[in-house]
Amino acid sequence: MRFLLNGERVDVRAPAMKRLLDVLREDCGLTGTKEGCGEGECGACTVLLDGQAVNACLVPFGQVRGRSVKTIEGLRGRHPLQESFVTEGGTQCGICTPGMIMAAAALPKNATLDEVRAGLAGNLCRCTGYMGIYRAVQRAQGSGLTARGKAQARTKRRARV
Amino acid sequence: MRTPLSSLELVEPRSLPHALALLRTSPPIVPLAGGTDVYVSLNAGTPPGTLYLNLWNLDALRGIQRRGGTLSIGALTTFGDIARSALLGRHLPSLVAAAREIGAVQIQNRATIGGNVANGSPAGDSLPVLAVTEAVVVLRSADGVRRVPFNSFYTGYRQTVMRADELIAAIEVPPVSGRQWFRKVGTRAAQTISKVVIAAVRAPQPRIAFGSVAPTVVRVPRTEAVLASGGTLNDAVAMLVTEITPIDDIRSTADYRRRVAGNLLRQFWTETA
Repeated sequence: MRFLLNGERVDVRAPAMKRLLDVLREDCGLTGTKEGCGEGECGACTVLLDGQAVNACLVPFGQVRGRSVKTIEGLRGRHPLQESFVTEGGTQCGICTPGMIMAAAALPKNATLDEVRAGLAGNLCRCTGYMGIYRAVQRAQGSGLTARGKAQARTKRRARV
Repeated sequence: MRTPLSSLELVEPRSLPHALALLRTSPPIVPLAGGTDVYVSLNAGTPPGTLYLNLWNLDALRGIQRRGGTLSIGALTTFGDIARSALLGRHLPSLVAAAREIGAVQIQNRATIGGNVANGSPAGDSLPVLAVTEAVVVLRSADGVRRVPFNSFYTGYRQTVMRADELIAAIEVPPVSGRQWFRKVGTRAAQTISKVVIAAVRAPQPRIAFGSVAPTVVRVPRTEAVLASGGTLNDAVAMLVTEITPIDDIRSTADYRRRVAGNLLRQFWTETA
């Protein structure tokens, strides 16, 4: 079955009712997407389907035909969110991190803290207490996701001086 | 234990008429939209069937329209679509409020209003809104269209008047006059299944519905009548506890639910005064 995986056209043979999560991990070898609860509560398996955050444990593979899937591997380790999760202590054990970052990647540009909290409400982290995560997301948003975000960050830095 | 999914089949209808024809074939076929309820059952090892009908690509069942004041919400419209709809924000803010508290973003992007109605959980968060706005469930089958008032759609716990060969095509909501109110009480704002959920409309004849306090979503007509006839809030709360039948379960206790339902009624009435 053909679909777009991290920007590349792929053709993957797997049962249509198999969970997208398992197809990604077992058939595509992309083990960055994690399984937490397996019932749509924890968000560890969050990927982007046509640009929207979804729980890959609840998506039948058959519904991905002709659509676009983006996983943590699609950010290629260099996304501003990946860098800021490291620098801001947004990750500890790491199991929630790929899902957390994919959910954050679906946030509107220049999201407020409330929007970040609401956008990540479906992603559970049992280590960090979330503050490092919110800092990381806000830093990434202010440091390169958009020109407007950059300008705002510069203004803030100047204001502090 | 998780259901082995390779033994399950997903059938692809070419069109809505084809999907309706497939619903008449045996063995029984389970309609599958966003999968947020079906896959929880599969992952828990309680599969609702072995043959599934993929509704996701039937775009004819998607979208929100307003005709002559009546809102029509396609069954495949997701709660994300509902939460972002400016049209619903203007005319049906209580449904927007409910949509925003269903699961979290990942669930809202997949869960559909038709699925919430068809699943028929007494805790379904959109259902009290549909009860107080006197919505209509539009059912399609190979025979045609049947419109069922939402308030006579459920016959018992997860039991509906829907036939096996019918699909929910849309939910129609007539114009609402009066102030709409919605509140969900759970352990946290996101992801939680309601302990108690209420929707209400403040009008000369107030309309009030609760979820998670009975085998189905319920209107509370005798409580509404107390308030409509100028009875006190205390009288209304006393009537309310006779009209609901909450149970003890993993999420809460019957006592807690009765008390919270009363408190929510008070909050609705005072906030909309």
